[in-house]
Amino acid sequence: MSVKKLSENALVSFVDCLLSTEKVEAVQAKGDKFDFGPLESAKDLRLDYDITLLPPKKYFQPPVETLLTYETEGVYKSHYDNERFILIGVHPYDMMAINQMDKLFSQDNYDEHYMTRRNNATIIACDVETPSKNVFASSMGTATVKDGYDILLTNIGDGYVAEAATEKGRSLLSKATEAVKVSEQDLKKRQQVWDKNQEVLNNHPLKCKPSDLPKLLEKAYEHPIWEEKAKTCFSCGSCNQVCPTCYCFNVQDDVSWDLKTGERKRIWDGCLLDGFTRVAGGHEFRAKRADRFRHRLYRKAKYVPAKIGGQIACVGCGRCINACLTDIANPISIYNKLVEDIGID
Amino acid sequence: MSQSCATEKDIYLPRPATINKTRMMNFTELYMHLSMDDVALEYKPGQFVEVSVAGLGEVPISISSSPTQKDGFELVIRKIGNVTSRIHKLKPGDKLGIRGPYGNGCYPIHESKGKNLVFICGGIGLVPQRSFINYVLDNRDDYANLTVLLGTKCTNQRFFHSELFAWRKRDDINLIETVDEVDDCWYGNVGVVTTLIPKIEAELSDACVFICGPPIMYKFVLMALAESKVPNERIFVNLERRMKCGVGKCGHCQINDKYVCIDGPVFRYSDLASVPEAI
Repeated sequence: MSVKKLSENALVSFVDCLLSTEKVEAVQAKGDKFDFGPLESAKDLRLDYDITLLPPKKYFQPPVETLLTYETEGVYKSHYDNERFILIGVHPYDMMAINQMDKLFSQDNYDEHYMTRRNNATIIACDVETPSKNVFASSMGTATVKDGYDILLTNIGDGYVAEAATEKGRSLLSKATEAVKVSEQDLKKRQQVWDKNQEVLNNHPLKCKPSDLPKLLEKAYEHPIWEEKAKTCFSCGSCNQVCPTCYCFNVQDDVSWDLKTGERKRIWDGCLLDGFTRVAGGHEFRAKRADRFRHRLYRKAKYVPAKIGGQIACVGCGRCINACLTDIANPISIYNKLVEDIGID
Repeated sequence: MSQSCATEKDIYLPRPATINKTRMMNFTELYMHLSMDDVALEYKPGQFVEVSVAGLGEVPISISSSPTQKDGFELVIRKIGNVTSRIHKLKPGDKLGIRGPYGNGCYPIHESKGKNLVFICGGIGLVPQRSFINYVLDNRDDYANLTVLLGTKCTNQRFFHSELFAWRKRDDINLIETVDEVDDCWYGNVGVVTTLIPKIEAELSDACVFICGPPIMYKFVLMALAESKVPNERIFVNLERRMKCGVGKCGHCQINDKYVCIDGPVFRYSDLASVPEAI
C-alpha cells in the first residue's frame, strides 16, 4: 500500500499530468447538477460534488454498446471497446456497486465485453465531501469503501490523502510529483472523515440492518404496499436507468444502409417497463405494474444478494428517489414500512 | 476485482450452422434439421439454443431432437415474430447462427429411470418434450410405461403427423390426443388436455409427469395432477420466458430468484414452491 498527501494544487497538477497522456473521465458540474464526462482540464474536476446524475456504471455497461459486428449473410465478429481510461471521482457507494457488477458479469458466464472495459479502467475513488439530499449510504454500509478502486482520495481539509491500493494505482500515483508524505495526523483526520461519513450519509435511515432485508422480504410478498405504491407508478423505468446496480439489458440488431453489414447492440433495459417480459405472440409474464414494482425491490434486497454472497444490491445512492416522478421509488420508505408491519425476528 | 481473462470465449458470439432440411408442418410450424459447421452440438433433452439471424436478432428455441440422434439436431420454429418470420424463408443450405446449448435444468433422464413417464403437452409444448420422448424410445428398456397426452387447439394446427402416427402404432408408447375445437375430419377426443388426465389415472401413481404448453395450461394441469395426488417432487414443468442473453445476465427470463435460462427451462415443480411468478 502506498499513501501520500496532495495539496489542492498538487492534485490539480497531478490530474493535468494524467490528462497529458491518458483519457480521463471525471465528475464535473452540469448545470446545477453533476455528472461524469470526459475531462479536459483539471480545474473542471469537482470532487466536492454531492451526487452524479448517472452512476459510473455507464463506463462499463454503456447505455448502448456494440457486442458484435456482422455481415448480413451471417458472419459474426466479437467487438470490444479496448480503450484505456482513468475514471476520477467515484464515490464509495458507487464503487461498491461496481464491485457487485464485476462479480455478476464475471461469475458463471464470463462477460468479456463488460470485463474488457472494466480491466481497461483505472479508478480514482473519492470519499464523499457533500452528502446529497437523498443519500442513505450509511444505512447500507456503503458510506466508505475498502476495495475495488486503484486510488482513494480523501479530503481532510488541508489537502487530500491519496492511497494507492493496486499496482495500477501505485504506478499512477508515482506521477504525482508534488505529493508529500502523510503524517499520523493526516491519517487520523482521514479516519475522522470515514467515521463521520458512516453517520451522516443517512438522509433516509433504515430501521433494520441491511442484512435483515432478504429475510424481511420473505414475508412481504403479499403486503399491500406494492399495490399502494404502484398505483401512481408510470412504469417509466427512471429508477432502473439511474440505478448503479441495475444491469438488465436488451439486445437489438442495427443494419447499415446498404443492408450488408450491421451491429448487434446491447441496450439498457428496465424491469419496470411495460413489455419487459412480453414474448412473441403477446403474452406478458409480469404484466401488472405492482408486480414489476415489487420485482425491482426484491431484486435489490433478495434475488441479487443471493448471487453475490449476501451483499444488498442497493448501495444507498438515492438516485432513484431523485429520479422518480411520483415519489414512490424510495426503497427505505418501503423497507421501513415492512419492518414496522412485519417486524424483524 | 476479477481477473482479466482474455482466453474466455465471447458468450454472445453465435457459431455458424447449416440448414439441411426444412418442412412446413402446418400453417405456422417449420421443422428444421441443422448441423453445426464447426463442432457438433452436444446437448441434453430439455436444453435450448439461441438462434441468430444477422440483422434481425436472436430467439431462444428448444431443441426438439433427442441427443440419441447422432447427426445434427432439429428445431421447430413457430412463425410469430420478426426473427422467426425470417427463419421461415430460409432454405436448405442456408446458414443460421447458433449459441448454446443452454439450460442447466434439463429432463431428469437418470432419476426417472424405471418409472412410468407421462408427458402432458399443449400445442407446440410437444416440441421440447419430443426430445425426451424420443430419448426414452431410444432407451426403451430403461423406463416403464410411456404416456403422451397431447392437446391441440384445432386439427389443422396438429403437426409431426407421421411421427404421431408411428407412435400410435407402437405398443410401447401410449399417445392420447385431443383437440379443443371439433371439426368434420376429427374422430378423436374433444376438449382441453386436462380432460385426458382421468383416462390415465392408473399410470399416475408412480409416474414422473412432464408438462409443457402455453402459459395458461400449467395452472389447470397442475390442479388436475394435485387432485390425482401426484406429488410435486415428481412433476416437472418446462417453462418459456422472454430471453435475450441465455446466460443469466439480461434479466428478462427471471421468475422471482430463478432464471429460466440457467436454472431451467425444466424445473421440478416442488422447487418452485417459493417462486410464485413461475406458474
